[in-house]
Amino acid sequence: MSQQMTGAKMVVQALKEQGVEVVFGYPGGAVLPIYDEIFQQNEIRHILVRHEQGATHMAEGYARATGKPGVVLVTSGPGATNAVTGITDALMDSIPLVVLSGQVPTFMIGNDAFQEADTVGITRPCTKHNWLVKETDKLAETIHQAFHVAMTGRPGPVLVDIPKDVQFATGTYVPPQKARTDHYAPRVKGDLAAITALVEMIESAERPVLYTGGGVINSGPGASQLLIELAEATGFPVTSTLMGLGAYPASGKSWLGMLGMHGTYEANMVMHDCDLMINIGARFDDRITGRLNAFSPGSRKAHIDIDPSSVNKVIRVDVPIIGDVGHVLEDLLKIWKSRGRKTHREGLAAWWQQIEEWKAVNCLSYTPSKDTIKPQYALQRLEELTRGKDRYVTTEVGQHQMWAAQFLGFDAPNRWMTSGGLGTMGYGLPASIGVQIAHPEALVINVAGEASWLMNMQEMGTAVQYRAPVKQFILNNERLGMVRQWQELLHGERYSHSWSESLPDFVKLAEAFGCKGIRCDHPDELDAAITEMLEYDGPVIFDCRVEKHENCFPMIPSGNAHNQMLLGEADTQGVIGASGAVLV
Amino acid sequence: MSALNIQQGSSKHSAYDLRDPYSEVLETHTLAVIVDNEPGVLARVIGLFSGRGYNIDSLTVAETDHKGHRSRITVVTTGTPQVIEQIKAQLGRIVPVHSVNDLTVEGPSVQRELALLKVSGKGDARIEALRLAEIFRANVVDSTLESFVFEMTGAPEKIDAFAELMRPLGLLEIARTGVAALARGV
Ligand SMILES: Cc1ncc(C[n+]2csc(CCOP(=O)(O)OP(=O)(O)O)c2C)c(N)n1
Ligand SMILES: [Mg+2]
Repeated sequence: MSQQMTGAKMVVQALKEQGVEVVFGYPGGAVLPIYDEIFQQNEIRHILVRHEQGATHMAEGYARATGKPGVVLVTSGPGATNAVTGITDALMDSIPLVVLSGQVPTFMIGNDAFQEADTVGITRPCTKHNWLVKETDKLAETIHQAFHVAMTGRPGPVLVDIPKDVQFATGTYVPPQKARTDHYAPRVKGDLAAITALVEMIESAERPVLYTGGGVINSGPGASQLLIELAEATGFPVTSTLMGLGAYPASGKSWLGMLGMHGTYEANMVMHDCDLMINIGARFDDRITGRLNAFSPGSRKAHIDIDPSSVNKVIRVDVPIIGDVGHVLEDLLKIWKSRGRKTHREGLAAWWQQIEEWKAVNCLSYTPSKDTIKPQYALQRLEELTRGKDRYVTTEVGQHQMWAAQFLGFDAPNRWMTSGGLGTMGYGLPASIGVQIAHPEALVINVAGEASWLMNMQEMGTAVQYRAPVKQFILNNERLGMVRQWQELLHGERYSHSWSESLPDFVKLAEAFGCKGIRCDHPDELDAAITEMLEYDGPVIFDCRVEKHENCFPMIPSGNAHNQMLLGEADTQGVIGASGAVLV
Repeated sequence: MSALNIQQGSSKHSAYDLRDPYSEVLETHTLAVIVDNEPGVLARVIGLFSGRGYNIDSLTVAETDHKGHRSRITVVTTGTPQVIEQIKAQLGRIVPVHSVNDLTVEGPSVQRELALLKVSGKGDARIEALRLAEIFRANVVDSTLESFVFEMTGAPEKIDAFAELMRPLGLLEIARTGVAALARGV
């Protein structure tokens, strides 16, 4: 059955057949035919954002909360260039996005036409793949291919650039089943010999650790279940990167907390002293490894990753296993069980004893205060008052992000969305809206810093328009806190441009947007204020005035090893050398 | 630990399996990359090298399968063993890339490059240039009273050697195609 239709209609038809329910977008001249089609149907919901960067982060939030691809629609030129930050963010964090951009008509491409930009050129390095579609007959198939590439293998953002004349012209629609997608088929099953080698190591390891990452979450809820099964059955301790939080429950007995630059003492010590490191869907990022030549010197390492280029990129591993985490863990458990479920019991018992000693250091402790709200305290109260609720948390980037990772516990995957790889300030507010659109009944909180939040605050308009009751929990220290911390520790306390004067009145700002504003500046009033936020049926901007000079600990300064952690203010004197200061 | 003997990537047929993966010694490898001949595919490959700071010593590309719209990119690159492995893995990740073969480690291969060299000179120098061209089996494809254009095909080192000899004899310009390479045998 060959179906003739315009390119614009094809776009909508292809999205429907891909099961798309929501599109985050912003109109303009080069996408008007598509907007006209969107107007004439009711199946796909369009969320009008306030800035195209917002659309991309909303789509990311939506994707991470649902496991489905996020879809973005922007116009040519500035519409596409505004989307670049979010697309790059999605690439770094392996989030599936399908971005559709309008382009000037084919016959005008290359002439510096109004609102022309070389969108495929600009986004080539920040997408997994992109296409410029020059013929209407190829449009539907390309869109189906785009979904396939975004979701297959290591997920990521893709972009389809669609010139306006291609949208107007009529062509033949190709349904998803007929689209050629077979060439792109990364391998998902791991090599059984390699998996068996890892099982042998598991059987004899005395000081093992499961070092997990976002790959577990991207592999789907089944992978998280298998991870839990593996951890419980072997009794191996589990730590996770920022991206992987929630894959293994924070309430689980093998949980060590997050690792890395601001990870827990116990997690980092375990990484340093282990004899077997099993990396499951993480990528030895520099926030995790610290100084490379001091990284876990005494361990043998295995690495499970779907992307061959992640293996041996930074750290040489003994057992590389290329495959999807879910598939590999399934085979791993099967083989381990069939060989008699062996572990080195005495070794493990001694290991856990050591771990308990490290835990006793109580690395997340801080100096409490009776009259200022400590940011850590604010998050502890938020955690306490939201426990048991159907809760999703997004964050901005900075100290508050690290404290949120340390003090909020996640017991399930897809409930924590933060910009890890790119570290994009301005991510959290739009991401929270995307999550809320996906889960209208859930409690969605953006733990924000005041500076980051301002970067995309226009999206409050979107939240209000679509009645997305997102809670913006701003830990307002009136500082670019993380920058200030680095300047204190690395740049002789010269606080160059790390605070903002003339911050807006967030409560009035909330009123201006038509939502609720709450301010709190005393610990005694905090519980009541948080409760008020939680009970309010609509978006809230919560201005939580916190201690301005709190530093985030533990900290492994750049260029240091895992066992050279700063645990508190007392440790900070003169520890960071010039060689560390050149690193980011 | 028998199962630990895991083969990696395309170097599995090779004596290079024995090389030290931590080595900091630079190696030069010739990679054959088969790609869909679609717009932007070369930009993707080149962008990968520039974006990640890898070297390109030589690069050639042409459609080799007109019906299937496949092109063969031959790229000669230099790096430590770890970097070479990364380059291959990163190339393999590009969606329109069908295969990446490392001709340097996958067995013997033939490598050929074509060069055109313009040499000007009179008298003895001119005669000497002609004599050397004969030894190197370079053909004269253009001549005037005071110049020759030589065409030669060979391994890149042979072209380098010929060009070195021509330099004092009046080498004016040189155009090279870059390396084309195939594995020997079947
Ligand atoms: C777009 C962008 N610009 C700059 C930075 C560098 N940066 C990282 S954290 C930070 C300060 C964030 O301040 P705030 O949002 O108030 O969070 P806080 O650290 O105070 O909790 C800055 C400027 C960044 N990550 N992203
Ligand atoms: Mg701040």
